[in-house]
Amino acid sequence: MDDQKHLEHEQNKPEDAERSTENPEEMKQSEENSTEMKIAEKKEIEPKKPEVPKKKLEKGPTKKRASIGKGSILVEPIKRRSFFSWLTLAWVAFTAATGTFFGMMLRFMFPNVLFEPKQTFKAGYPDDYTIGEVTTSLKEKYGVWIIRDTEHIYALSVVCTHLGCTPNWLQNERKFKCPCHGSGFRKSGINFEGPAPRPLERYKIVLADDGQILIDKTKKFAYEKGQWSDSESYLVV
Amino acid sequence: MDLIKSVINTLASPTILFTLIIVTFFFIFPLNDWFYRWNKRLKLDSFWTNRGGIKMFIILLVFFAFGLFDENFRLIVLKPDNVPIVGLIFLVAFFTWLSMKQAVDNDVHIENNENVNEYSDPDDKVLTWPDLVYIELIALVLCTVLLIVWSIGLQAPLEEPANPTLSPNPAKAPWYFLGLQEMLVYFDPWIAGVLFPSLMIVGLMAIPYLDTNKKGVGYYSFKQRMMAVSLYMFGWLVLWVLLIIIGTFLRGPNWNFFGPFEYWDLHKLQPLTNINLSEYVYIIWFSTGMPDNILLREIWGILLILGYFLILPPLFAKTWLKNLYNRLGNFRYSVFIILILFALSMPIKMYLRWMVNLKYIVAIPEYFFNI
Ligand code: FES
Repeated sequence: MDDQKHLEHEQNKPEDAERSTENPEEMKQSEENSTEMKIAEKKEIEPKKPEVPKKKLEKGPTKKRASIGKGSILVEPIKRRSFFSWLTLAWVAFTAATGTFFGMMLRFMFPNVLFEPKQTFKAGYPDDYTIGEVTTSLKEKYGVWIIRDTEHIYALSVVCTHLGCTPNWLQNERKFKCPCHGSGFRKSGINFEGPAPRPLERYKIVLADDGQILIDKTKKFAYEKGQWSDSESYLVV
Repeated sequence: MDLIKSVINTLASPTILFTLIIVTFFFIFPLNDWFYRWNKRLKLDSFWTNRGGIKMFIILLVFFAFGLFDENFRLIVLKPDNVPIVGLIFLVAFFTWLSMKQAVDNDVHIENNENVNEYSDPDDKVLTWPDLVYIELIALVLCTVLLIVWSIGLQAPLEEPANPTLSPNPAKAPWYFLGLQEMLVYFDPWIAGVLFPSLMIVGLMAIPYLDTNKKGVGYYSFKQRMMAVSLYMFGWLVLWVLLIIIGTFLRGPNWNFFGPFEYWDLHKLQPLTNINLSEYVYIIWFSTGMPDNILLREIWGILLILGYFLILPPLFAKTWLKNLYNRLGNFRYSVFIILILFALSMPIKMYLRWMVNLKYIVAIPEYFFNI
């Protein structure tokens, strides 16, 4: 129902307009109507305007000037000045807001928590590690696995060489397995299944003066570049 | 009961599922006249009738209702993360059916020289207000209600604070990226994470420039743009939606495959030992050691890739894509076929992985370049 009414209304409109052009009187009327409407609208929007000419009349000396510039010169400077002060305020506020925003962004870069585990650390004595086993206890704190085989001890990085997830050591299957895309690594760190293109990296491992193992994560050894034969990449025991 | 479940589990294993779908796909969405004839002969177009639609809906519904009695199935399907994917299955099925139904309907009209359903005479118009705006308003209100009910009804799947040394197992991407994650299983991160997504976007943008077929504008039609619809549907339904579904429901701990009714065993053992092509060539076939020179080592794979992209396009242009080549011209044809070859490389690589455990065709980990 509503739709229909609406339609009829729309259709009638243009016809009305046509008719009115035929009849001059009606046209006048309609024009008057429309001007009245306009005035009404203006009043609603800018009720202060009518006051402007009043002020002008009250003050004598300004009459001359007023005549030059269509009568609004006197009033406008005040307006403009106040306008400028508003503008300044707006700019100050804007700058402050933007500044705060970027300040917060900057602050965001330095979180209160330290995710980065220590890069160099001591990892106990070689005898703490059982032969043939993978030690996972340092994974959470330092991000390394320590593995001791019959002759060597080496420290493996816990970062998957595919896309950087953290694999898990599966004790029963005796392999590292990545939960993201299923890459598998042997105990030595060699990749053998899934998409990982390179073996896990090894970290620099040396014996400190007090006989403890010292691991330096800033120095990495990659198998595919032949660096695993480097004497710092393993510890002879 | 258990028999049905184990049958479904077997069918859901990737090799079988993918083969089944690829083989049947082009009969359901015929690629050319040959497939079209078979489609008619096998009455596969009866999917796109009201009856066919209701049947499909009931089958889907029965499957999920049946599945909900199984604990493993329930655990996966009712996980708040995965509920939208169930909705997605129904929605994709419905909209595919809806558009195909209208297309097939129009095909009949066109054959009988009648006006298509969307035909409207130019004087017959509807108004934006109220006709369109009312509908939009109602849609808006309904969506809001749905979202509110949803957010109250399903708890947000929040987990413990992130820990860089502990990836959840399985670690799944948000559902809309599971297709990409599935690609990452078969490709190097650079290819699956950067090259393929950009190619997808570029390819989608290129469609209007590649498709010179003027028919089918403004109305649904299948027969008039058979190849376009069929290829697009393959990319969308098989290479994207299916991969999302696989990633959601069939991938479990350690990113192993699990059937929909299978228990997510953390210790499921799947022998997946993978070998690069160069290792196949030098160690297994030639039984010499791997050569030290990288280029020499990978030359076979590089030749293979070059051949795939340089020899196949002209070969196809001369043989069974001759008509297409003549219609599109040199440039359009080249762009088109290269995009298609890239899309096809995905299932090809998947099959190579499943069948012969091939890891990379070209593997140069020294320079982070693997294909
Ligand atoms: S990140 Fe480990 S398999 Fe992709």
